[in-house]
Amino acid sequence: MNTLKNAEVGSTVKVVKLHGEGALKKHLMDMGITKGCQIYIRKVAPLGDPIEITIRGYELSLRKGDAENIEVE
Amino acid sequence: MSLTIALAGNPNSGKTTMFNKLTGANQRVGNWPGVTIDRKVGRIRGTDYELVDLPGIYSLSPYSPEEIVSRNFLIEDRPDAVINIVDATNLERNLFLTLQIIDTGIPTVIALNMMDQVRKLGDRIDVEKLSKELGCRVIPVSALNAEGIKELVTAVGEVAEAKLSPEPLYFDGDIETAVTQAEEALRGEVPDETLRFHAVKLIEKDNAVCDSHPDAMNKVSTAVRELERKKDDDADSIIADGRYNRITTITESVVKKAPRDERGTLSDRIDRIVTHRVWGIPIFVGVIAVVFFGIIGFSWGDFKIVGIGTWCTDWVNDVFIGEWIDPAVRAWCESDGEFSSVDALLCSGIVGGVGAVIGFLPQMLLMFLALCILEDIGYMARIAFVMDRVFRHFGLSGKTLIPLLVGTGCGVPGIMASRTIESERDRRITAMTTTFIPCGAKLPVIAMITSAVFPGNGLIAVFCYIMGIILVLVSGIILKKLKSLSGTPAPFIMELPPYHIPSVANILKGTLDRGWAFCKKAGTIILISCIILWFLASYDTGLHYIGDNVGDAQSILAAFGGAVCVIFAPLGWGDNWELTVGTITGLIAKENVIGTFGTLFGIEAGDNGEGLETVLSGMLTKSAGLGFLAFNLICAPCFAAIGAMHRELGRWRDTGMAILYQCLLAYSVALIIYGFTSYIGGWNSLVVDGTLIEQAAPVGSTVAGIVVLAIIIYLLWAKDPFRQLSGRDEYDAEKGMRA
Repeated sequence: MNTLKNAEVGSTVKVVKLHGEGALKKHLMDMGITKGCQIYIRKVAPLGDPIEITIRGYELSLRKGDAENIEVE
Repeated sequence: MSLTIALAGNPNSGKTTMFNKLTGANQRVGNWPGVTIDRKVGRIRGTDYELVDLPGIYSLSPYSPEEIVSRNFLIEDRPDAVINIVDATNLERNLFLTLQIIDTGIPTVIALNMMDQVRKLGDRIDVEKLSKELGCRVIPVSALNAEGIKELVTAVGEVAEAKLSPEPLYFDGDIETAVTQAEEALRGEVPDETLRFHAVKLIEKDNAVCDSHPDAMNKVSTAVRELERKKDDDADSIIADGRYNRITTITESVVKKAPRDERGTLSDRIDRIVTHRVWGIPIFVGVIAVVFFGIIGFSWGDFKIVGIGTWCTDWVNDVFIGEWIDPAVRAWCESDGEFSSVDALLCSGIVGGVGAVIGFLPQMLLMFLALCILEDIGYMARIAFVMDRVFRHFGLSGKTLIPLLVGTGCGVPGIMASRTIESERDRRITAMTTTFIPCGAKLPVIAMITSAVFPGNGLIAVFCYIMGIILVLVSGIILKKLKSLSGTPAPFIMELPPYHIPSVANILKGTLDRGWAFCKKAGTIILISCIILWFLASYDTGLHYIGDNVGDAQSILAAFGGAVCVIFAPLGWGDNWELTVGTITGLIAKENVIGTFGTLFGIEAGDNGEGLETVLSGMLTKSAGLGFLAFNLICAPCFAAIGAMHRELGRWRDTGMAILYQCLLAYSVALIIYGFTSYIGGWNSLVVDGTLIEQAAPVGSTVAGIVVLAIIIYLLWAKDPFRQLSGRDEYDAEKGMRA
């Protein structure tokens, strides 16, 4: 399974599905990460985590551990 | 008729600026019931409408306290209208909240903010079409430039008077069928106006709605399962997808984006440097160094910079209070010929105590100012982004760093800055541990002890900061194993808003508001504590007034210090009750420790140091001195900080526990330092009249120190009874094994 965690910096991916449940999943959806939307991986923080992505025209940062719940292609 | 209007919107949508523009100076700040979130209420200028500022939220889900209070206010208190402030440069995500607000059926007006930015980018938004699509009035505004405010107020008034409920935005076929079924199931259980809101939340399996309507939940469960099967997804995803699909359709038809510069916007270019893989951390260190040394000052050998804040504080202490206020009050007191106990209370207790705290006001205001600027520019979020990795290891998040940084100036704003942390657990732990970082008032104490027992050793100050940071991190791990501070770890999902030029009005207002909040605290809790402490120091145990001499040997305080000093004997403080009393008076303001010693040892405040150092080096060995310093830095902070901590923790029981934890930790650290370092050559001797007197090895303290250290290590490595801290790592490990 490809997740956002493994996606390369500088690439654009498409969300297939959100895994996990409860607050985390809801929060990701509230921030606009839903099925079919495009995510551009902008950069990784200096210490290797978290990552910064562009989604729906704005910048969002999230930890790799949380990004693992986002299945992409 | 007076109307109640709610102001709702995403964080970073310009909501605060809008609130200030709408209400002007007419504001009151309170608390939302049960939580420590500010509840700002004001009267809209030129009307009798009451404007309630809801916290910045992304959604009306029931997860964060901010979301819960906003949702309860909209659903239960039913304001007459909502102003939904929407960032026009980030329309898609902002409209997600809008759709949920429309579902509540409250008359809504959309304030399409940052239109000036949209124009600057060359984008076009068809406002009329947007209004038609959303079914409610849309007013283009720019809160920063005060554009469109009048039109907004007029529109809100009209919509609220006419009770114009917006038409909900229907989902496509299958989802809408399920929603209709849920509405039928809920009919009668909830008011008709909120039927749709509750119905959609029921389909989403929203905990709060499902728990309060179990029957309706059962009735629609088949329909929900059917929907999930058809769409091959979970119901909550289906609803969110449905909303976002609808939004995308709207924005595609309404927004015309101009082609972007290849290099990205200016904000993108700044961000590329500021959070650069290599430069990110050096830039962070540089920014903090400039703020910190600019305000507090810096010295290394002969090289010395006087910080602006320190300079102002010295002026307030020495000139404003020392030369103007204090002599004036004293002269007024003595004008009737005698200096009574009431006069002494006024001069020493109140002017002395409150004055000591007010002296820090300029330093604090400058710290607030710097903080507000960094926040307004958008750099604070980047600090959390750059440093999160470090704090994640200890179960905290990058956002913890911000209060700690502010806390180096003063613990009070530091504790208040913890409010920006969303996770309640992290927020409480940060509020409890921020004061471990040495604040401005602790610097003189560090300086005094250093010159008394480690003359000329600059590393002691460095040690104090490192010790503070280590203790914050250690506490992060230990405290999360307590039941009251356990829970699922909050994810670190944070918007990185575009950088923008700060608004002078916003920054000044933010700075002064925080400064005023501090003054109010100084006016109440500190005043009362100072009076009590003055009383204890100026009366003997027979309740006779013994004079204006803090901690006279006969005073209640001295008697108390004498009784308590046995507790501190294992730390190598001996039977020197003055050390205990100094520590207690440090509760008013930490630098009071020195002032008290000056009085107790009969050393004039004028000849700073010299005499005091000789006395102290005859009382404390190097090890005991370092332990004394550690205890004073870590134990209960000053009353002002305790007050701020109480505001964040909410209940006196919790505040009490926090203080107890701080004192226990302080004692443990001092014990470990004294018990372990006494065996270093020359560290266990007193200097009396220039000769070294070797002390007996503190075997008892060493043994106790080993036990305490073992307990701390056990707490650090003990399996987390509530599993939240390591949950993620274990989850990762399991995943790794399966892969």
